[in-house]
Amino acid sequence: MNIFKISSKNLVRNKLTTILNIILVAFGVGILSILFLASTQINNKLEKNAKDIDLVVGAKGSPLQLILSSIYHIDYPTGNIPAKDACKLMRNPMVKRAVPLALGDNYNGYRIVGTDSTFSKLYGLSIQKGSFWHKDLEVTIGSTVAITSGLKIGDTFFGAHGLTGNGDVHKQHAYLVKGILKSEGNITDNLILTNIGSVYKMHEEKHAEGHSHSAAEEAKEINDKQITALLIQYKSPMSVILFPRMVNQSTNMQAASPAMESARLFSLIGVGIDTLQWFAIFIMGIAALSIFISLYNAMKERKYDLAIMRCLGASKSKLFFLVMFEGVLVTFIGACLGLIIGHTALELIGSYQESSQAKLTGLTAVPQEIYLICIGLVIGTLASLIPAMQIYKVDIAQTLTKDR
Amino acid sequence: MIKISSLAHVYEKGRRLKFPSWEIADMEQWLLLGASGSGKSTLLNIISGLLKPAQGEVLINGTDLYTLSARGRDRFRGQHIGIIFQRPHLIRSLDVLDNLELAAVMAGLPIDYERNLSLLADLDIAGLAKNYPDELSQGQLQRVSVARALVNRPDLLIADEPTSSLDDKNANQVIQMLTSQAKDNGAALIIATHDGRVQDYITKTYLL
Repeated sequence: MNIFKISSKNLVRNKLTTILNIILVAFGVGILSILFLASTQINNKLEKNAKDIDLVVGAKGSPLQLILSSIYHIDYPTGNIPAKDACKLMRNPMVKRAVPLALGDNYNGYRIVGTDSTFSKLYGLSIQKGSFWHKDLEVTIGSTVAITSGLKIGDTFFGAHGLTGNGDVHKQHAYLVKGILKSEGNITDNLILTNIGSVYKMHEEKHAEGHSHSAAEEAKEINDKQITALLIQYKSPMSVILFPRMVNQSTNMQAASPAMESARLFSLIGVGIDTLQWFAIFIMGIAALSIFISLYNAMKERKYDLAIMRCLGASKSKLFFLVMFEGVLVTFIGACLGLIIGHTALELIGSYQESSQAKLTGLTAVPQEIYLICIGLVIGTLASLIPAMQIYKVDIAQTLTKDR
Repeated sequence: MIKISSLAHVYEKGRRLKFPSWEIADMEQWLLLGASGSGKSTLLNIISGLLKPAQGEVLINGTDLYTLSARGRDRFRGQHIGIIFQRPHLIRSLDVLDNLELAAVMAGLPIDYERNLSLLADLDIAGLAKNYPDELSQGQLQRVSVARALVNRPDLLIADEPTSSLDDKNANQVIQMLTSQAKDNGAALIIATHDGRVQDYITKTYLL
């Protein structure tokens, strides 16, 4: 028997009110924690994946789409660019490193990326098992791909046309797994890397068999040798202004800066995040009000209880603490529950997300969550302060002589 | 030993009430008689340290109640005085046994589980230890509140109109219970009442 037991027994006695208050706090905290977690994760992903890439060159279209498709591997590519033109840019003196990308196929939703050895240098990739690809149709797979698909070194698999789904499988050529990459915690964990030649070969064969696609279109693609995009690293920061302008004005391609585009993307999402944040704060406010009202109303009935406890020898400060503790306990339980809800919800959202590349997870925590619990405790304290002050006003003798 | 001297209380409306001096030896049993409105409850509140008098002193076993700090007085009351109210106020969210334990905790004393059980047994309500106040009859509640008043082995047991809402049979039972329990627990007893039925059991009276 202690203050904790008295408070919790009283809370249990008023089940419905207690549950309502806990739910209100939990929802406010839950929404805030989802926002914190999601925006931190999205931000991290955006930054980590675009770390060393200064510019992306691809076909004309939406620059955001170009960034999303060739760095984050989320959206569809804007189109193809002639390999000839790309080569010219790669040899430009301002360019320190240029990585060609040929996209178009996937295996179980994991994108097959045709590229060359500069790709692994750009991302600083190393091998966990096996080796990098050397010949056509050899692949090196990311660590997440290896875990979820169960592919091992020496296994073969067929790629499917398109960037998601396995509707249209290239049955003519099988890829051979040569190696598995070490986990980098970025997008490369979810990619299947091969050389550009393999990607050409896939589509060549398809053309020869007269497979689904229009023959003429396929032929053109192969004859002219096209690639999807070019990831570029500058020699010096000076090129930031010159190079994109040169690309956009003098070639038939477009240049997009990942830093600028992800900032733009974030400002677009930001509006939604802000709205939700205010909504969550509003709910927390309601929770505080509800706790205040229920404690305050309960004081009318509890005056007798408290007067009796005074008679039994409890000091005013002890009872003050008792009432405060009740409010704080409710918000603390609510805040903890809210965090659990937030993490579970995000994990659920993550498991329903189709693109494996941008997956959100509820299994990580961010330091701001401690603040959420603190905010909960502060709200509980504020809401129970006024009801608890009533203790000092109660006239015990009078309260107990009067009838209930 | 309890002693009050030159005690006076001033009501809000300005009426001044003087109380005659009173000495109660250890384990003595007294009736506090007076018509309603004569100040019985006021005097009980003063003796139990709930209401500070305008003048005078209350000595309980040599301690002057109103020289203690408010906190010290609360604690002193919890440890030395057991109060039984006209209505048996119990904490509704706690079961009977918890209500008894509460008395020890609030007074800052250790919980004596065995004693609490034997108190309930003495009052014939041992079977109700795990029941909640809402499940008890008025008479049972009255017994629990007597048990609660005795938990901390008080020197003084105060009962305010314990029989006013009871029929003859139950009133007799309550008075017998109070007098015998006070005797068994070594406590002095004050019963405030205007009920003539009580006078058959206690002879010492203090008239207001």
